[in-house]
Amino acid sequence: MGYPHKPHPKETVVLSQHFGDADARTYKGWVKRGGYDALAQALKTEPAAVTEVVKESGLRGRGGAGFPTGLKWSFMPKEKKKPHYLCVNADESEPGTFKDREIMRWTPHALLEGTAIAAHAIRAEVAYIYIRGEFTEPWTIMEKALAEADAAGVFGKIKVYLHRGAGAYICGEETAMMNSIEGKRGNPRIKPPFPAAAGLFGMPTTINNVETLAAVPQILKRGAAWYKGLSLSNPKSTGTKLFSVCGHVQRPGNYEVTMGFPLKDLLYDMCGGVPAGRTLKACIPGGSSVPILNREETEACLLDYEGVVATGSMLGSGGVIVFDDSTDMVYQIMRLARFYAHESCAQCTQCREGTAWTTKILERILAGQGKTKDLDLLLDLSENMTGKTICVLSDSCAAPVVSGIKKFKSEFEDYIAGKRQPVLVA
Amino acid sequence: MSTSSSHAADHIEEYRPVFAGKVLEELQTLLQRYPTKQAALLPALWLTQRERGWISDRSMAEVAEVLGITPAYVKGVVTFYTMYHQHPVGKNFVQVCTTSPCNICGAEDVVKAFLEQTGAGDPGAISPDGKWTIVEVECLGACGFATPVLVNDDFIENVTADRVAELVKKYR
Repeated sequence: MGYPHKPHPKETVVLSQHFGDADARTYKGWVKRGGYDALAQALKTEPAAVTEVVKESGLRGRGGAGFPTGLKWSFMPKEKKKPHYLCVNADESEPGTFKDREIMRWTPHALLEGTAIAAHAIRAEVAYIYIRGEFTEPWTIMEKALAEADAAGVFGKIKVYLHRGAGAYICGEETAMMNSIEGKRGNPRIKPPFPAAAGLFGMPTTINNVETLAAVPQILKRGAAWYKGLSLSNPKSTGTKLFSVCGHVQRPGNYEVTMGFPLKDLLYDMCGGVPAGRTLKACIPGGSSVPILNREETEACLLDYEGVVATGSMLGSGGVIVFDDSTDMVYQIMRLARFYAHESCAQCTQCREGTAWTTKILERILAGQGKTKDLDLLLDLSENMTGKTICVLSDSCAAPVVSGIKKFKSEFEDYIAGKRQPVLVA
Repeated sequence: MSTSSSHAADHIEEYRPVFAGKVLEELQTLLQRYPTKQAALLPALWLTQRERGWISDRSMAEVAEVLGITPAYVKGVVTFYTMYHQHPVGKNFVQVCTTSPCNICGAEDVVKAFLEQTGAGDPGAISPDGKWTIVEVECLGACGFATPVLVNDDFIENVTADRVAELVKKYR
């Protein structure tokens, strides 16, 4: 949904409170709205105490993995012997996800404030905000906001820099991002060592997502108990989350709800459901890397880390892709596989070969040249692509393929049996 | 053999360095942000592309020299990232997202309309008038505004095949 617009009554507006309000983009406007109070307070507080509040709030990483943020910060060395770094992951590239873009476009100072608080908490003197190269507009807005905040001297001794990516999905993987900042090809690194021990430039490093950091000032201001109280289902999932909804819906856009909110209400009430005359066929609830849900599963799904797992998928980044009954699932799964084949860094064999062959086999099926054993072959291939590589890009390609074959098998079989007109040329 | 090498030498003599004057100053500012020179590689490549429109082998050699790394290393990095042009492109470089969420909202029709109406013909090719290069790209990160299109640095949302004529007219 474009901004400005009035939030839906069922939304819990915390991060998106000032979306659409151009005045909030400016330093003065942000300060007028209570901005940078939390940072000023944090800079006067012991880093460990700031980390403790975030730990207590239950905030978990909003980039996809859902790792507890305060715990991640606490992994940084207690005794400071080397420079510490913070990397802010603004390389938002997961198909279906476009929330961090909105945070940077409308509330750049929320991100900057959260960044400086996190840097203080982990005792980093330098923070790099890694923004994907295609995000030209968010870049310009962030650049301006950063210049204003620097001029106002709000960061104290902390230096914040923007670093522009250059078109590589894999750089959203934390160790690939560190390599990219170091001026290298964006190949993920083998862990251990974990970034908190040896990360950027070999120094202790923490990597946090944009949405995670934008929530931090609010947590410090309103208290851990307030944030923890925002939970509709499982107490392990707290706070609000931005869900980016796209595909076959009447009102696509970003919606902010309390953790545990029903996916059904998000899609039907807030987004107005699928286009008139259509019915919901499938939904990917957490960005393209998570298993596809069918209609029944979608309607039963609760949006928190545990709720989506219980329905057979994952919360991921909160990118909700909706497919109505006009969708050719085989074609769309091929498109997703093609995405991963294109984005594989080609470091691990299982991924380089697996994503390419998955795409080729799906293209063959769509060209009417599929073989009966192709579905077993795809599943076998996916099995060998899961849990066997340095990062999870390979697993991410397998997720829609395996769930797609399981839930929409007849569509694949129709192409293979020649019951469906080929849509690709061999 | 001797002719071609003397041509190559002429070519090198004609090369105007990217990193001189103001651009060199920009790079020096960037270098202060990182503990290593190599870390300024991506920013240096961005500056090169901004100044030249693409990144030639000769420019990669210059970047390598300025940052104290090898040309082969620079090439390895350039080829990893899709946004660096290793060949000249049309005056308007158009990137259309065709990943799944945009795909189901008609992105392939947008690509087709751009290719037809600009005369570019094939994805990646330069139109005969030199004004256009159209490419299909994977997820641009604005799926709720399908189909997003980047024309040079302008990020345009909600593009449909019907809107292409208006955009072609605007940027022509």
